Amino acid sequence: MTQAPFSVKGQAGPASAAAASGAPGGPAAAVHAETAGPSGLSGPPAAPAAASPGSKAALLRRLAGELRAAVISAAWLTFLALPLVVFRINSAFGKIDYLWGRLPKLAAVTFLATLAWRFLLRRTAFSRVKEAVSEAGGPPPEGARGPAGRSWLSLLDRAPAKKALFLALAAFLLSVPFWTSPYVVLILITALIYITLGLGLNIVVGVAGLLNLGYAAFFGVGAYTFGLLHSGLGLGFWACLPLGALSATVLGLLLGIPVLRLSGDYLAIVTLGFAEIFRLVLVNVDFTNGPRGIRNIPPPSLFGIDLNGAVKPFLAGKGLLHPDMDLNKVLIYFIILAIVALTVLCVYRLENSRLGRAWLALREDEVACQAMGINRTRAKLTAFALGSTWAGLAGVVFASQITFISPASFDFMLSVMVLSIVVLGGMGSIPGVMIGAAVLILLPEYLREFQDYRMLIFGLIMVLMMVFRPQGIIPGTRRVYLYSPSPGAGGGAAPSAGDGEGQGEGPAAPSPAGASSAPAAPAGPAAPS
Amino acid sequence: MELFLNLCVSGLTKGSVYALIALGYTMVYGIIALINFAHGEIYMIGAFTSLIFSMALGALGLSGWGLLFAVGFFAVAYCAMYGWTVEKIAYRPLRGQSRLAPLISAIGMSIFLQNYVQLVQTPNFLPFPDLIPDLGLKGGVSRYASQTQLAIVAATAVCMVALTLFIKKTRLGMAMRAVSQDPVMARLSGVNIDRVISATFVIGSMLAAVGGLLIGNYAHQTDFFTGFLAGMKAFTAAVLGGIGSIPGAVAGALILGFSESLAAGYISSDYEDVVAFVLLIAILTLRPEGIMGSATAQKV
Repeated sequence: MTQAPFSVKGQAGPASAAAASGAPGGPAAAVHAETAGPSGLSGPPAAPAAASPGSKAALLRRLAGELRAAVISAAWLTFLALPLVVFRINSAFGKIDYLWGRLPKLAAVTFLATLAWRFLLRRTAFSRVKEAVSEAGGPPPEGARGPAGRSWLSLLDRAPAKKALFLALAAFLLSVPFWTSPYVVLILITALIYITLGLGLNIVVGVAGLLNLGYAAFFGVGAYTFGLLHSGLGLGFWACLPLGALSATVLGLLLGIPVLRLSGDYLAIVTLGFAEIFRLVLVNVDFTNGPRGIRNIPPPSLFGIDLNGAVKPFLAGKGLLHPDMDLNKVLIYFIILAIVALTVLCVYRLENSRLGRAWLALREDEVACQAMGINRTRAKLTAFALGSTWAGLAGVVFASQITFISPASFDFMLSVMVLSIVVLGGMGSIPGVMIGAAVLILLPEYLREFQDYRMLIFGLIMVLMMVFRPQGIIPGTRRVYLYSPSPGAGGGAAPSAGDGEGQGEGPAAPSPAGASSAPAAPAGPAAPS
Repeated sequence: MELFLNLCVSGLTKGSVYALIALGYTMVYGIIALINFAHGEIYMIGAFTSLIFSMALGALGLSGWGLLFAVGFFAVAYCAMYGWTVEKIAYRPLRGQSRLAPLISAIGMSIFLQNYVQLVQTPNFLPFPDLIPDLGLKGGVSRYASQTQLAIVAATAVCMVALTLFIKKTRLGMAMRAVSQDPVMARLSGVNIDRVISATFVIGSMLAAVGGLLIGNYAHQTDFFTGFLAGMKAFTAAVLGGIGSIPGAVAGALILGFSESLAAGYISSDYEDVVAFVLLIAILTLRPEGIMGSATAQKV
């Protein structure tokens, strides 16, 4: 046999695809999930339509079973939530308010939620089975993408579309301050800060697979570096920007060195504990001004130009600016936009570097990664420190935007928010994180009535995403090495082999409709070799 | 000397409550190697349901021991159901996936439960009534320990003994030990793993409910956020003693309770909460297997 060529191809794959098939007896386990899953919360599983699945009676019976199971589950959940939802403590009068009016709403919500839950669970189980089958059947050409990966998103894979989209987005973002209100600019600054945070945390959690629950502390270090250096030494924004990033990096290293020997879940809890220590120290120490925080943090300067005095009348006179716009905020907007661009570039380059691949290996399997000669400690430490750097940068910008920082801004909820951004968008995926941040930060701004439910929804998102779509909205692309049995020279015999060597777009996609049958076209040439 | 003794008693009290929560962490970790972040929230729900039922049943005319036990029954029952349901929803569908997935799901569940209670009840601190009836203590003991403290320590001791007997003597306890040693082998010998895992969550949640009821009586207040800190500390205790080990969790909880009380008494109460986290980082860095755990080689 001649040496088999491997072709490299970017391919979307859930981060857990490997793990799913790694369970004892990949497809069998998945099939088990299919049968065990929909039995849901309680009650017997819906009777499988044994006779003819297409017949109307069977369908109705299945529907009835499904409804009955949903009613049982909803009743259970309602019963469970009853004392907390209906018996509200009225502490002012030391008695209970019985809010029976909440009961029908509660029942309706639980019923709909259970229906949706069961439907999604069934769908997920089905796609997992399909995935496992196509994985077991041969090289995973397109099937491994899962059903959603092949939707409209795949349009964006093409280079011209990507370029056009990118240019449009850049033009849009650059022009925003000149035609919107100050309020929009402020929200966008917040969103961009969270995008930076998300991208930084993405290196740690998404790429290297280290769960960092203390990300807020590194953000806080950046902000406090600026605040303290300004109030103590009178340093300005531009001097503090690198210093803030540096101090966050150093702190990341200092925390990283002792704790990175720990495995995933211990690491999570240590970073969480560390962030709490950081916050408690900020509250209790004198020179940070305790819970009162630091006030009057200045905006960045631009070569000493008085932006609001000199430039603003000029621009506003030409109708290019909202009359109430604060040009300092516009400057911050452009700075954070540049930081996001820089971050995207760095993260993208890092992911495709030697170090980035070491991180991926670390995420997938620590032992195997060590066996391949990767210095585990160093890879972890760099991921940790680099992730912190971006938190520090974002922290400095945050401080200058908000002009007032206090320990309360850097609590666990911030870490949770950034984590849910990464989880929602897709761990390890740059566009995913950006979309996740946009959704989670911008949406609550526009849906004010949901403001109270924000954290509730964040928690829910984390659970739902993990159960139904662990790869996120836009899964990270990962390199897949395709094995094609015959070398390119002997092209005549097997046309599909030639396709395998090409980039695999267009005609190479052998199962466009996502045919679930494994021994379809692609498996044929791959099996004998 | 009097201060020292007082601090020891308060340390013992706190340690007992931490132990009740820590057992839930350590049992779940022992069986499915998951940090159940939502466990602290179950404890918080325990405190809330205790408060709700004490007020509701108190209005119906119950009082004294009857009220205490009725409230305990409802709190324990509800928390058991919550624990069971949380496992079904947030962890069971993720069985067999990468380790990060259930962990993130657990954090999400914890955030969800916190905010759920905040939204349907109140974001404010709530006063908690004294439910433990007057024991009529006199003389030497009562100088150092209040009757609430004694009741907490006694109740914890009863729970520990019951748990130990359950784990050692019953079939389900034996199945639990088997699953924590080797889940695959246990399944092969006919143990219903799903049922064992559910039972573990239920028992852990029941203990947490007892903890929630007792700490409410001790601290005389509760709010939706208590579960976070208590959960963190109980987890620290579990790690301190060697996660997965039941006597270890109790020992770790007592050590943590003592060191917190002593630090609060002799250094500054501002840093009381820092002690737990410093202890956690120190123990994980120096001896990750805990004081009673044993280092295990990683299987490839």
